[in-house]
Amino acid sequence: MTTTQYRVIGSRPVRHDGADKVTGKAIYTADTKLPGMLVGFVLRSPHAHARIISIDISEAEATPGVHAVLTAADYPNVENKMADLGEGSINLSYLSSNCMAQQKVLYRGHAGAAVAATDVHIAEEAVKKIKVEYEVLDSVTWVLDAMKEDAPLLHDDMVTDSMGEKASKPSNVPAHLHFEKGDAAAAFAEADVIVEREFKTATVHQGYIEPHAVVADYNEDGRLRIWTATQGSFTCRQQTAEILQIPLGNVLVTPCEIGGGFGGKITVYLEPTAALLSKKSGRPVRISMTRSDVFEASGPTPGSFMRVKIGAKNDGTIIAGEAWLAYDAGAYPGGVIGPGCMCVFSCYDIEHAVVDGYDVCLNKPKTSAYRAPGATQVAFATEQLVDELAQKLGMCELEIRQKNAVKEGSRRVDGPVYPPIGLVECLDALKQSDHWNTPLQGPNRGRGIAAGFWFGCGLKSSAACTVNSDGTINLLEGSTDIGGSRTSIAMQLAEVLGLEADDINPQVGDTDTAGYTDVTGGSRVTFATGMAAYEAGRDLQQQMKTLAADLWDCPADEITVDDDGSFSGNNRTLGFKELAVELFAAGEHLVGRATVSPECPTNGFGAQIADVEVDPDTGKVTVLRYTTIQDAGKAIHPSYVEGQLQGGTVQGIGWALNEEYFYKDDNSMANASFLDYRMPTMLDVPMIDTIIVETGNPEHPYGVRGVGETPIVPPPAALANAIYNATDTRMTELPMSPPKLWKAMQKHQAS
Amino acid sequence: MESNAEASGLVAASRESKRLMPIVFIPAQLRELAGGIQSVELQATNVREIVNQLDTKFPGFKDRICTDGNISPSLQISIDSVITSRGMIAKVQPHSEVHFIPAIGGG
Repeated sequence: MTTTQYRVIGSRPVRHDGADKVTGKAIYTADTKLPGMLVGFVLRSPHAHARIISIDISEAEATPGVHAVLTAADYPNVENKMADLGEGSINLSYLSSNCMAQQKVLYRGHAGAAVAATDVHIAEEAVKKIKVEYEVLDSVTWVLDAMKEDAPLLHDDMVTDSMGEKASKPSNVPAHLHFEKGDAAAAFAEADVIVEREFKTATVHQGYIEPHAVVADYNEDGRLRIWTATQGSFTCRQQTAEILQIPLGNVLVTPCEIGGGFGGKITVYLEPTAALLSKKSGRPVRISMTRSDVFEASGPTPGSFMRVKIGAKNDGTIIAGEAWLAYDAGAYPGGVIGPGCMCVFSCYDIEHAVVDGYDVCLNKPKTSAYRAPGATQVAFATEQLVDELAQKLGMCELEIRQKNAVKEGSRRVDGPVYPPIGLVECLDALKQSDHWNTPLQGPNRGRGIAAGFWFGCGLKSSAACTVNSDGTINLLEGSTDIGGSRTSIAMQLAEVLGLEADDINPQVGDTDTAGYTDVTGGSRVTFATGMAAYEAGRDLQQQMKTLAADLWDCPADEITVDDDGSFSGNNRTLGFKELAVELFAAGEHLVGRATVSPECPTNGFGAQIADVEVDPDTGKVTVLRYTTIQDAGKAIHPSYVEGQLQGGTVQGIGWALNEEYFYKDDNSMANASFLDYRMPTMLDVPMIDTIIVETGNPEHPYGVRGVGETPIVPPPAALANAIYNATDTRMTELPMSPPKLWKAMQKHQAS
Repeated sequence: MESNAEASGLVAASRESKRLMPIVFIPAQLRELAGGIQSVELQATNVREIVNQLDTKFPGFKDRICTDGNISPSLQISIDSVITSRGMIAKVQPHSEVHFIPAIGGG
């Protein structure tokens, strides 16, 4: 556990962007207005799978008020190559085709054309005048159906790649992954108890409040300016430049304030289209998705089928694991099956395991990341089996987790061993919690627990700090601020310099002003961009030591910097601000800067407790009490950590109990609105209690671990275990919505 | 030096201090190329040397994990549990443990 006491870190200052956010003054993309700006509207496919025979745009082009009409013919041909986007890579041809369909539409909502007009109503009406002749093809939206030999093929040239070995025939399975650790078959033969089940999860959406939006202004000189809702301005710049085949340096991306992302705002959808409409019309163009567009045409997280088996000895030691996983990737390859495979046994020290994973294309929107992508699905399976194992062995469900929990030196099924991690500490905190130690009483009530893991990454971040004449600092960084990261980064700079948080004025810069910074994702920003701010502070201190030596007439190596940020030398001691003021008066001005590229995962572990009551007549689940425990390494701003824990948990509760893409017989989505896509509101959940565990990450100057993703991992499993304890009914399919649970209870009672 | 006994890797981990060469874990999907072995110790100072030596010992290995001479974008390299972005030029130490694992992205 970390015990160091800090002045700023661990406190709860008011966030720098708070006033703008609560007074409605923060500028979001849709608020951006430029002189002469047009509004764009996208024509989307009514079919889940169809060949485009022809597109006639003549009537739309002739509509008064219309300035440009765009089809795939206006898009450059993009090479079939992979582009490294910092966090993951992407096939540029597929990316371009996802922005604007080429020969085929691959899902309902796939973009086929776009219009820019003087207002959105004219644009929408003009879109209706575009005549598209389709040859409707058979479609498929369930992962196991898509894997069948006779399934409709989405990509005629796509074959299964098994780590470089290509299959001979085309299929909807672009990748097969396989991991082995030890000898699973032999270990199962030695197991005293084995549990095995099949699980299904539905496609769900991140449900960010702000729809995708962009403003593009293509200048006569070839410069393209973009204002957008993105999790990564630099990756947005790269994707847009690659798709449009223009020099990277010609593109300027300004990240506006953002209303949520959770992984869904890393890939570009609208930017190239808005840019081309702007180029064609000679005017700036704004496009905002409708909520239906967001559901049908952005990137939800995969539905899945999983078969998982674990075996244990009579003393509760889990000795063998086996998993067969199929995740849908949506219309294009590159889903999240990799991390799914790597996370299925990531919480338990299992000596022998084998995992097979399949990435599967089908006629749904291309999937995207969603908080700990791929991990929630497998936790739903494994964490239920661990409970079932405990039950068969007559053990406490917490005790079996404590007995088998991974710790420093444990080896994952994909190979690497863990550095110091905090799952054991999270389980200990769970055991000591008020929630765990308060009995749950009453009929139809049950309690469940589950653990969860997400890697967390480092990647590249930059920070620059300019010292003002009064000793305050303007901090420039490039991480889109989704969850209050501006302040948590500023606090780390304030700590190292001996300042207060409100002495720092943090700004998120655009791609022309901020140093290169990877996406706001992977639970990395407070860790990595915070580290960059820390190093920029150290850079400032080094400069100031040299300058103070001149000022105080002593050698630079006699100047010391104390833990409180004060400088001492030649019998003088000054705090940062005082010295900065003196230096400025002496004609010196200071800019500190740093770039960092930490490569170590931050390894976020958590555990959760759920109490539920199930209505036996309707199957409705009421969450009575919920506690989320997580190792934050060191909580820079505990309120933000608590917010991440609560937000992720509530999203996980929605995933568990209600959310799903309903598909009609023609494989179009039946519930593409917030009215019908049932996300939890504050009326549906209790206040989520949080317990922050701090084990300290040795790879960060203050011990930070990422916290943004792990909280979404355990909820479906914890709730399934709670439902089982309330009803004696084991739920193996998400969502555990009232009709599904009611039917399962009826079936269980009948059996 | 090749090993089947290092199946779980725990043997390798416990021997870390005695090793004089980095140990490379063969991905399960490539073990067929490597005669079924699960790990191998190689005299190498960076990933490029590891890949080239693996390809010499197990012909075809490089083609399976590389694209255009670099590690395939769908893969990443873990050296001592740290994911390196340096690809072929990433350094390894005599006691290092090297894995080829799928690339991942977070939300």
